[in-house]
Amino acid sequence: MARTRKPVVQGWFTGDGDGVGDGNGPGSPGFRLLGTRCGDCGAVFFPRVDSFCRNPGCAGTELTEVPLSRRGTVWSYTDGRYRPPPPYVSDPAVPWRPYTLVAVELAAERMVVLGQAAPGVTVADLRVGMPVEVVPGVLGEDAGTVWTTWWWRPVPHDGRGRV
Amino acid sequence: MTGDVAVLGVGLHAWGKWGRGFVEYGTVAARAALADAGLEWGDVQSVVGADTVRGGYPGYVAGATFARALGWQGARVTSVYAACASGAQAIATARAQILAGLADVVLVVGADAAPKGFFAPAGGDRPDDPDWLRFRLLGATNPAYFGLYARRRMALYGDTAEDFARVKVKNAAAGAANPYARYRKPVTAAEVAASPVVADPLRLLDICATSDGAAALVLCGQEYARRRGVADPVRIRAVSTVTPRYPRTDLDLPDIATDSAAAVPEPPVAFRPSVARAAYEEAGLGPDDLSLAEVYDLSTALELQWYEDLGLCAEGEGAALLREGTTALGGRLPVNPSGGLASFGEAVPAQAIAQVCELTWQLRGQAGARQVPGARTGISVNQGLFGHGSAVVAVR
Repeated sequence: MARTRKPVVQGWFTGDGDGVGDGNGPGSPGFRLLGTRCGDCGAVFFPRVDSFCRNPGCAGTELTEVPLSRRGTVWSYTDGRYRPPPPYVSDPAVPWRPYTLVAVELAAERMVVLGQAAPGVTVADLRVGMPVEVVPGVLGEDAGTVWTTWWWRPVPHDGRGRV
Repeated sequence: MTGDVAVLGVGLHAWGKWGRGFVEYGTVAARAALADAGLEWGDVQSVVGADTVRGGYPGYVAGATFARALGWQGARVTSVYAACASGAQAIATARAQILAGLADVVLVVGADAAPKGFFAPAGGDRPDDPDWLRFRLLGATNPAYFGLYARRRMALYGDTAEDFARVKVKNAAAGAANPYARYRKPVTAAEVAASPVVADPLRLLDICATSDGAAALVLCGQEYARRRGVADPVRIRAVSTVTPRYPRTDLDLPDIATDSAAAVPEPPVAFRPSVARAAYEEAGLGPDDLSLAEVYDLSTALELQWYEDLGLCAEGEGAALLREGTTALGGRLPVNPSGGLASFGEAVPAQAIAQVCELTWQLRGQAGARQVPGARTGISVNQGLFGHGSAVVAVR
């Protein structure tokens, strides 16, 4: 039976996490993180805030979905050399492979967004200030589902989404 | 000062991995604090407990747990949860009750029996809980959070792994002189460097362990202290328990992202320094008045951050302050003379209370081999997840 693709959390990124919009897979310019913007004050939120604006000086309740910048710069990074506890899902029978975490500064939104780096990207590949882009990713799979997520990845040198 | 409350008694249960329940640890600390105060449990009019949950840190277990263990006697009871700031908020609650005239003498207790390894959120599928989400989506543990800030300091200020190791060496040397510390032997920079990386660039010995432990305070009004014949007690002059201001632009787990500063400019003072500033303003003093500080060294790199956030030095100069020996025992302004979390480990609801126990011993001149000579003013500062920040100023 074919496994269905499902976002690991609903409404945080476009489509089912498959780079829908204009193509498939890594580098697809259609893949975006989704936040919300307050219609009254313009404040942007990620993860999305849908009911009440969190700006203490704003009484706004109309928040609309907005895609976040596709690119940003590395604010900081680290990795996980030991298996995290649940609810992180990992197979204890498989040797632990460290993942990399990247905190990315988005210039237009003036905010920092954390995410896992694309597989194969280690701390040795990163430095504070370098450009990165968001790409569709897979957090894990189980019997019926491929759980999709977002990954940060250094911007390829040719700038056209090819590695 | 009219806003002061007196610290009549302090008590700890030694930190470690003892394999028993947190109620037992808290009761030991409470009885020690009562004995130190020269009071009976029946004299206590109010008990404030810093919350824990059995085997983790979101809080369910409360002041009443300790009141029951000590023997129900009808005292007013309060329970406080503020993550790592729970203990400080319990102190703030006790102080407010005393200053409001609701109680003359209040027992504050925090205790925990921590799980081995990483802290984790409570069980179940809870996708509306940011703490659940950061583990489920990112596997972002607390050490990962410390690692992000450590790497950022290296990039911005030129801190090195050797600087971070120096914090551990300093705190381990102080903790070796503290009978309540879990780790009581000196550590060398080579030992730090030889320990495994947990979250780049931080190694095992850069990160505090999860521990069992407990701490308690007996607080009272100044008139009550005088009636007890205690003319010159250590006094708590300020307790700040502030939230961040919007937009909060310093990344703080469990949040996956900061607030955006696109629509509203950043506040002039970031969250951690605002915690210290609120305490200084309430106490009517500043960093130049301090004899010592107890800060949350959840990681070695974070201790350096606190130097700057407390105003002990300019931003980016924490490592220089450390290298010149200012913050070591024997230096001009010792930081974590107790040994800090590096020597104690984390027992979440207890540690902010334990910091004030150390301030009290230091200001009384009872700190033995780790005594800061002539200590008159101390600050403790900490930060709890989910937007809790607290600092306590104690004077003699």
